[in-house]
Amino acid sequence: MWDHEIRAMASTHAIIAASMLMATVVPAALVPGFSVYGTHLLWIYSVSGAVAAVSVAIFWLLGISPPTRKHTLGYKLSRLFRSCLYFFLSCMFFHIVVVLYGAPLIDSALETFSLAVLLSSLTTLRCLCVLGPNVQAWIRVFSRHGAMSVWDTCLQITVALTVLGAWMGAFPIPLDWNRPWQVWPISCSLGAVFGYLSGLVVAPTWIHYHRKQLTYKCK
Amino acid sequence: MKVRSSAFASVILIFEVLAVALFLRGFFPVPVKSSLSKIRQDLPIEPLSGGSPNSSHVPQPLFKRVVIMLVDALREDFVFGANGRTYMPYTRHLVERGSTLSYVSKARIPTVTMPRIKALTTGSIPGFIDMVMNLNSPALLEDNLIWQAKTAGKKMIFYGDETWVRLFPKHFIEYDGTISFVSDYTEVDNNVTRHLDSTLKRDDWDILILHYLGLDHIGHISGPHSSMIQPKLMEMDDILKKIHGALISKEAEGSLPYLLVLCADHGMSETGSHGGSSEPEVNTPLVLISPAFKRKVGMEKPDEIEQVDLTPTLALSLGLPISQNSVGHVIPSVFEESSLRDQLRFVHLNGHQLSCLLKDSISDYAKEAGFEQYRVAEKAHGSWMKRYLEGNASEVLTNMGKKVLKQYLEALSSMSSALSKQLGKYDLYSMIAGMVFVFQLLLVLLLAMPEALSSSAAVDLPVMSALLSLPFYLLCLLLASVHVLVCTSAESSCYFCSLSWGLVFAAIALTSAMSCLLLSLTTRRLPLGLKLPGKSSLKISSSEWSLSELDVLLLAGTAGHTLSLAASSFVEEEHQTWYFLLSTLCLAVFQDVCRKYFREKGDAGGDEEEFVLPYKENAKEEIYSEKWLALATPPFVLLCCRLLRSLNQTGVQWAHLPDLGHWLNSSEHKVVLSLLSALCLVFIYFLIQRRCSLVSKVALALGLLGVYSYRAAVGNVLFPWQHSGRNMSKGTVEARFVYVFVLGILFTGTKDLLRSQIITADGKLKNRGLWEIYSGLVFLVSLLFRPHNLPVLCSCLLIQTLLAQFIWKKLHYDAAQTTIMHYWFGQAFFYFQGNSNSISTVDISVWFVGFDNYVEAPAIFLTALSTYAGPLLWACHLVCYLSSDINRSPVAMGHGCYCLALLRSVPAAAYIVLVTVLRYHLFIWSVFSPKLLYEAMHLLLTAGVCLVFNTVEQSRTSSAA
Repeated sequence: MWDHEIRAMASTHAIIAASMLMATVVPAALVPGFSVYGTHLLWIYSVSGAVAAVSVAIFWLLGISPPTRKHTLGYKLSRLFRSCLYFFLSCMFFHIVVVLYGAPLIDSALETFSLAVLLSSLTTLRCLCVLGPNVQAWIRVFSRHGAMSVWDTCLQITVALTVLGAWMGAFPIPLDWNRPWQVWPISCSLGAVFGYLSGLVVAPTWIHYHRKQLTYKCK
Repeated sequence: MKVRSSAFASVILIFEVLAVALFLRGFFPVPVKSSLSKIRQDLPIEPLSGGSPNSSHVPQPLFKRVVIMLVDALREDFVFGANGRTYMPYTRHLVERGSTLSYVSKARIPTVTMPRIKALTTGSIPGFIDMVMNLNSPALLEDNLIWQAKTAGKKMIFYGDETWVRLFPKHFIEYDGTISFVSDYTEVDNNVTRHLDSTLKRDDWDILILHYLGLDHIGHISGPHSSMIQPKLMEMDDILKKIHGALISKEAEGSLPYLLVLCADHGMSETGSHGGSSEPEVNTPLVLISPAFKRKVGMEKPDEIEQVDLTPTLALSLGLPISQNSVGHVIPSVFEESSLRDQLRFVHLNGHQLSCLLKDSISDYAKEAGFEQYRVAEKAHGSWMKRYLEGNASEVLTNMGKKVLKQYLEALSSMSSALSKQLGKYDLYSMIAGMVFVFQLLLVLLLAMPEALSSSAAVDLPVMSALLSLPFYLLCLLLASVHVLVCTSAESSCYFCSLSWGLVFAAIALTSAMSCLLLSLTTRRLPLGLKLPGKSSLKISSSEWSLSELDVLLLAGTAGHTLSLAASSFVEEEHQTWYFLLSTLCLAVFQDVCRKYFREKGDAGGDEEEFVLPYKENAKEEIYSEKWLALATPPFVLLCCRLLRSLNQTGVQWAHLPDLGHWLNSSEHKVVLSLLSALCLVFIYFLIQRRCSLVSKVALALGLLGVYSYRAAVGNVLFPWQHSGRNMSKGTVEARFVYVFVLGILFTGTKDLLRSQIITADGKLKNRGLWEIYSGLVFLVSLLFRPHNLPVLCSCLLIQTLLAQFIWKKLHYDAAQTTIMHYWFGQAFFYFQGNSNSISTVDISVWFVGFDNYVEAPAIFLTALSTYAGPLLWACHLVCYLSSDINRSPVAMGHGCYCLALLRSVPAAAYIVLVTVLRYHLFIWSVFSPKLLYEAMHLLLTAGVCLVFNTVEQSRTSSAA
């Protein structure tokens, strides 16, 4: 039913996952002293950057985002500006939520903000790519029975799993094992990344096995 | 028999409390000991048939100076084993060739440093309950060796683990306590050794105690086979050599010899930890080095003794009285070189002390074999003395003396084992019995869930058929015979066996009835789904079984929290779990609110959630403001919680971080604290006065003023017109003034409640009564809370009001969901107010609020109330909320009560099993036992709240009828 889309989705996800792997491996070869634990913030930026670049490129090439009504340059620029604004706002939103969850307010603000950037580039950026800077569409997708295409379903799954991964990543922090990955925010960012990766795998598989049941309302 | 859900839940909870009490009694054996206050100084008379004037003869002490070198976690095989020759060559040489005595001394569980130090110094086997009993003083209050030595004028020096300094403050003339970090294993020992050279040169001390921690730390880091072990043991060996050399060089002709003791508090398991009862953890070496002993000629297999045997041996050989609670018996070989008369006198003193302890601790002591033997030996001793004093010095007398000595030693060891059986052991039978009861009750509670949460909120319990069935009687017989079998074969004392027969039979009948009930409930549940599709309430609910995200979160959170209790870190940092869950809950609620209010605007098309909204054209304005308030509520609650969690840092790992509470309590911020608490009191007044009667309003206002003046009188806050020179009083008058108003409000509330129940069936009056009782409680808590905690109370009320107004009612959450949310908030507020799972955070200053000195009953009540203020206030709010909501769903009270009971019994039951499994865990005393007490206390309080539920609901049904 959705064979074409599923194939496209699987290959897209494979490329994104590969880019994340590259973002971990390549700096390790180029930058001396780079490691996931040791220079964690650097790793976060590298992964976020890679995911952002690759997602934007792929989704632009695939042309999934809704067709724009106007083709003027000004409109496109305003869209770009709005997207950047939304991205920044989502970083602030994640930062605030993480602080409300109990992250220190002042002490490790940079670490917390890096985590927020990572979460935004894993979730918000994808929303921006698929849905565009359109709040109504976002609300529609993230409410119950709101998906209108396989890409919407895929978006739901990856975003939910990323957030869930980051949430679960906080569990081992109180344990007294004194491991390097228990340092704030390593476990959470690792959790988010693993959640995202599993989302990349789960979304096409789930859609593939439920393709008979999936029916979407058209606009 | 049909029972209402609330009555059912209350009864189950009450039985559960009893079962948990039985479990606790088995888990914490009550220490049997002679009272601490009166310390007997009179020595027993030396037995002599006939009577003689010089009867209280005490032998000379054997040693002049004693050096005790305690190496933490020194395992027996590190010295006596095959590797001993390479690990500790000098010590091994002494053991084989020197004038030494070597033993394997067996430590008791828990093999943890502090209780073991207590055991070594008091000679008794301390229980956890000791630690709870002397909450406010970490010092050892029992009769002990160190105290005796100090009283006798011995000068003591101590270097090593900080624990000793805390246990024995002001006992040492010189000390240096090292605070231990597991990661450091060199510095911690160097801090002890650096004093040695100068101390060993001096002559002004009698007892020197050294406690080395490094080996234990290495064990924790890398285990007993690591490469770091050998250098550390070599270091210890060198230190022993140095001390021994110094002692030998100081040895003067004619004076008494020295004694050097090498011992350990506990061993080390194969993984390097300790706390349990495995052989390598329990077996520790004990090497006594002194020229007074015979020279050895080769390695012998060392004898096994109890660790506590060292205490009476040291006491007697230093000429000190044996500590009263000591259960050990002397090591005979130490006294071998003294005269036979002295030897007999030594064992007699020990025997007398043990028999006194036996009399105090065992009711039918005369039946004990050891006691009988001691009497016989004492008589024989008397007749021996008579002959000895007559000048008889033949071979026969020596042989007779030796026989008496042997009799004494037998008596000592059997008395000592009879005593130690009583102590320091888990009473497994009582524990298991308690656990079985708890689980039966929990299963009954769980199996009744579909009926208890049905629309009739009543449980049909087939009690009569269970009582009249054959299996019930068979089970009764079976269990009674098992009980008799266990009790007759049990070696150690057992609380459940010592109960009277009537009680035991009642318990057996109860558990058999429960089993039959369980059986019939299960059979009722099982075929239902197959036979009658769609007929019962169960079937309907399961066919429409769809969970929202919130339900998933609530269930997963409850289950996850229960599971997390298995890890000691999660118990220590339980507040983090609750804060985390609470934040997630707020976000989930926020999502629900968003969904409700934004979907309405988003697509107006036929969505199924649409018709739920009370959407009316004319009330558009009202709805608009309400919408924004509702949307703002969850973020506001989140913000409140975030602020509250930085008010009190609690737990273990991050407890040292600075928090707002400390900042407020420092003297330069007193003005801020005063303003803040005044503001909070005003807020509290406005939040609770809304639904009270006029009289109560006035009483509240005056009372809250009284609270402030109490705090000002105690000196926590400032009065604007107060002279700074005024000396502080205890504020007794002010506190009593507040108590009067609290009682007044509680009385008015109860009166309203009773009137609504008996005279008029008025729901409004009842609600007001309930609310007044609730505000009376809030008021009392505001008196008990420290001023910096008043914001906790204030935001508790604020959050309750907001959530009730905008969330619970508007979003149509059912009673079960509301109850779980109340429970979570209650738990989080328990930690917001600065509590933790260790005993040390219990605020005992409330004992003296309104009392000049300690009065037991109110002190316990006030402590419980102030500690559990958070959970209690939320539970009370739940009662008020559900009862005011009664028109919408008449069974809400029953559902709420049932859910509360279930929420409390699941973690309590799971925790009991966990504690039983982990009873040899390293942290059982420091982490798991205090938490067990907290859980039990919380269960008791919840049972109380459920009873309140029950009475309130009863009044409703009676008024409806």
